[in-house]
Amino acid sequence: MPDLRELYQEVILDHHKRPRNCRRPDDANKHADGFNPLCGDKVTVFVRVEDGVVRDIAFQGSGCAISTASASMMTESLKGKSEAEVLEIFNRFHDLVTGKTPADAGTSGLGKLVVFAGVRKYPVRVKCATLAWHTMRAALEGRQETVATE
Amino acid sequence: MKTAAEISQSEKRLAFDVEKIRCDFPILKQKVYGKPLVYLDNAATSQKPQSVIDALVRFYTDDCSNIHRGVHLLSERATKAYEDTRTKVQRFINAADEKEIVFVRGATEGINLVAQSYARPVLAPGDEILISAMEHHSNIVPWQIICQEKGARLRVIPMNQRGELKLDEYEAQLGPRTRLVAVTHVSNALGTVNPVRRIIELAHQRNIPVLLDGAQAVPHMKTDMAQLDCDFYAFSGHKMYGPTGIGVLYGKTHLLEAMPPYQGGGDMIGSVTFEKTIYNRIPYKFEAGTPSIAAGIALGAAIDYLQELGMDRIAAYEHDLLEYATEAFARLARVRLIGTAKEKASVLSFVVEGVHPHDVGTILDQEGIAIRTGHHCAQPVMDFFGLPATARASLAFYNTREEIDALAAGIRKVTEVFS
Repeated sequence: MPDLRELYQEVILDHHKRPRNCRRPDDANKHADGFNPLCGDKVTVFVRVEDGVVRDIAFQGSGCAISTASASMMTESLKGKSEAEVLEIFNRFHDLVTGKTPADAGTSGLGKLVVFAGVRKYPVRVKCATLAWHTMRAALEGRQETVATE
Repeated sequence: MKTAAEISQSEKRLAFDVEKIRCDFPILKQKVYGKPLVYLDNAATSQKPQSVIDALVRFYTDDCSNIHRGVHLLSERATKAYEDTRTKVQRFINAADEKEIVFVRGATEGINLVAQSYARPVLAPGDEILISAMEHHSNIVPWQIICQEKGARLRVIPMNQRGELKLDEYEAQLGPRTRLVAVTHVSNALGTVNPVRRIIELAHQRNIPVLLDGAQAVPHMKTDMAQLDCDFYAFSGHKMYGPTGIGVLYGKTHLLEAMPPYQGGGDMIGSVTFEKTIYNRIPYKFEAGTPSIAAGIALGAAIDYLQELGMDRIAAYEHDLLEYATEAFARLARVRLIGTAKEKASVLSFVVEGVHPHDVGTILDQEGIAIRTGHHCAQPVMDFFGLPATARASLAFYNTREEIDALAAGIRKVTEVFS
């Protein structure tokens, strides 16, 4: 049986309780909406991109602990990154939570985000962890339709 | 000292041998994550007794053939078994005639059938269909589709904060343009048992027909068409301990006879030429194509099982269990019940302060407890209470007080993790 604490790590609970960058920046030049119909999670990701670099990133929405913490920690780890770097981190994060890479090998460059490795043992929760990330990508790519996880 | 009524109540509970009943449901014996399965998602679908599973296996092992058109022995046996279920359903819900029992895939299809075959021909622009604020999407969307097509208006009976319909407002909403009232008998998201007898009476005083969504009622209480006097009643087999893919639409004979077919195809015809088709008589007029034969036969086994237990005894046992659970919930810190109607059945929808229902569901799952989290296909109900979702435990007669204790312990664990 997977240990609950592996999923609900202190860092995740902390970001759930006090999400960082949970705001609507006035000067964002890109944004997108995400929706998980399974649990009703909604998220809007705002990005300010200048010269191919994410200068600011924030989010608003309501969701479970996993999706809120994931959105919060995503904003912290992507600020200041180039769009190419963002895509690279997106792919690594995706592989980490879906279990495509071993939990210990998927860690390079992900920093604190490795706390989400526990999600791979809960297949129905993977969508919670990736909702904000897919929404962020849609924002960067300028896609207007709401990102749905189903 | 206990009163006589209390003693007779507890005797009733004792007479209901739940441990013996649990043995009839093979799935309940299993462990999940090393813990005994506590299945509390019965409003989504119920588990099946061995007799229902056996009926499915028996059909495919011994009788598999198509119905209504074979001259050979297997087809005769299959047809008889399938039609026997129709008789069982008729008696089970006390309908006047077997031909008032239309087999469909489930309650959803039954409601769609009424929307397309009853409402569509009678609706004119400006007409109204009246539903309630606590409907499942299956009793909202079919009416939206038909109202949009015909320029009709969908109106909604409001409810109060306990999750009870406001009958005085309902009465005021009934008007000369109301063509149909479609409400749920028991709410899947709140557990409210609606005063359907009164709802029907008020509509009938104005000659307005009433459809009831009985998906959450039929498994939990005696339902009697003659006594209710509703015009249509839809329910699903899989929520009443039968298989998926089979359900029932009850309709009064004169209404069904006047309605055009729902779908065209085999079995629903009397005779076909390229110039003209004569439709079959009811209920076959509405049953195009090969149905879910095995499921239909096994639904008969489910009804036999329920009648053996007795719907009144089931209702009494579940009512007792719901009261026990409601009291247990009242002792839980940070937990709020959503849906506190005076008349309730089977459902405990709840939120844990500061914890998203999805997280509640995951933690309970690790304890072996299966509940539902989300909007329960009733997004307008969630919007009414200002919630994105709730957690929902829904009871069946095979659930026990010990399982309610396990649920309460699981919820305490949730509040510990999210302290």
